[in-house]
Amino acid sequence: MNDTLPVSAIKNGTVIDHIPQGQALRIIHLLSLLKRKFKIMAGMNLPSKRLATKDLIKIENHIITEDEANEIVVFAPLATINVIEDFKVVKKISTRLPSVMKAVFICPNLACITHTEQIDSCFNISEEGKHIKLTCHYCEKIFHRDQVKVKI
Amino acid sequence: MTDNLLFQRDVISMKDFKLNDVELIFKIAKKMKEKSFPDLLKNKIIASCFFEPSTRTRLSFESAALRLGGRVIGFDSGEGLSIQKGETLYDTMRVISGYADLIVIRHPREGSACLTAEVAPCPVINAGDGANQHPTQALTDLFTIQECHPNLNGLSIALVGDLKYGRTIHSFIEVCSLFDVRLYLVSPEILALPEAICDKLKKRGIRFSFHQTIEEVIPNIDILYMTRIQQERFSEAEYQLVKDQFILTPALLNNARAKLKVLHPLPRINEIAVEMDQTPYAHYFQQANNGVVVRQALLTLILNETLP
Repeated sequence: MNDTLPVSAIKNGTVIDHIPQGQALRIIHLLSLLKRKFKIMAGMNLPSKRLATKDLIKIENHIITEDEANEIVVFAPLATINVIEDFKVVKKISTRLPSVMKAVFICPNLACITHTEQIDSCFNISEEGKHIKLTCHYCEKIFHRDQVKVKI
Repeated sequence: MTDNLLFQRDVISMKDFKLNDVELIFKIAKKMKEKSFPDLLKNKIIASCFFEPSTRTRLSFESAALRLGGRVIGFDSGEGLSIQKGETLYDTMRVISGYADLIVIRHPREGSACLTAEVAPCPVINAGDGANQHPTQALTDLFTIQECHPNLNGLSIALVGDLKYGRTIHSFIEVCSLFDVRLYLVSPEILALPEAICDKLKKRGIRFSFHQTIEEVIPNIDILYMTRIQQERFSEAEYQLVKDQFILTPALLNNARAKLKVLHPLPRINEIAVEMDQTPYAHYFQQANNGVVVRQALLTLILNETLP
């Protein structure tokens, strides 16, 4: 019996591969893929040579922007982002960690002013060794990427 | 070109300060102590916006403004303000900024001063935002230390009490790390310094260690910085567990260095016995007095391009 899960190919669109296990849903929310009604396929807990276990997202008929690709880096530093045309990879989108992300996350610090005012959250993003840290611009608290929730 | 690095600047977090900023503030604070400058804030209005209680910080700011010839408007609690009718802090501070040349704000929400600085066209000074920052207290503390020990490099400083929630501690550590100091962190485990701040200290090469009792650090230190365990941050049961853990009495200082000074941002509850006040080590009331000259220096520098 074949132990791999069949994931169909897309004709045109974007494939985000090598997402660390458990981060696919966050990326789906981060890019508002559900809200924007794109056809998407998400594979989770898939076997991977590079990551042991990985997640994967395929978005049909939509090519993500460079800014969106950079935002993904927070949750998937090693992600491969391929643009697909007529079932073939025609471009790899290169990424870099953004230094600031606005209106994307909710500050986990309940005492932060962003919870009571109608203002966008703002986080400064930094890399410390293998860890990605997010520092709230307002309350100055520092969080690991797994501590912050994406604003839906 | 002006030498005044603070002119029209906001004072929100100690992390925004460099060594030369701090040195300039101390230089002007020293001048304020030696001489009076009754006209430096002539025709200037300071909005003193205290959304939560304060004695020392509010009155020392107001005293500082008045001593420099400025005028003060404001409030000392959130009661009676439109904010109770549902107005946002954003709108409130935007409006107040039109009435004053500088805003001093204390607010229980972390990041409130940062938000105010974004919406107000005039300069803003953070007088405490929740458990986050209290930069003017940190500057007062370090200025006081420098009066006792002119060379801050090489000093050993013990921080005792609530190192987790104490905003004065967070700001003080930030300003200390501009110098080559050695820190002794004395607290119950549940009130230990947050990991993120410890990481920052490591990154800056500041030496520090954790301790459970005051006694074990006394022989090694030049400054003993006591803090209050903040009852409002705990459940009653938790508070009972930690409230009497660190009480400084003269007997504890038998092995202290002769020039040791004890500081406390005040108010104290029971963490410094009253008998301590008569010892040569006690320096917390001088520290409280210095709050005025340091705030005078800040107001002067922010509102006057030319140095006095």
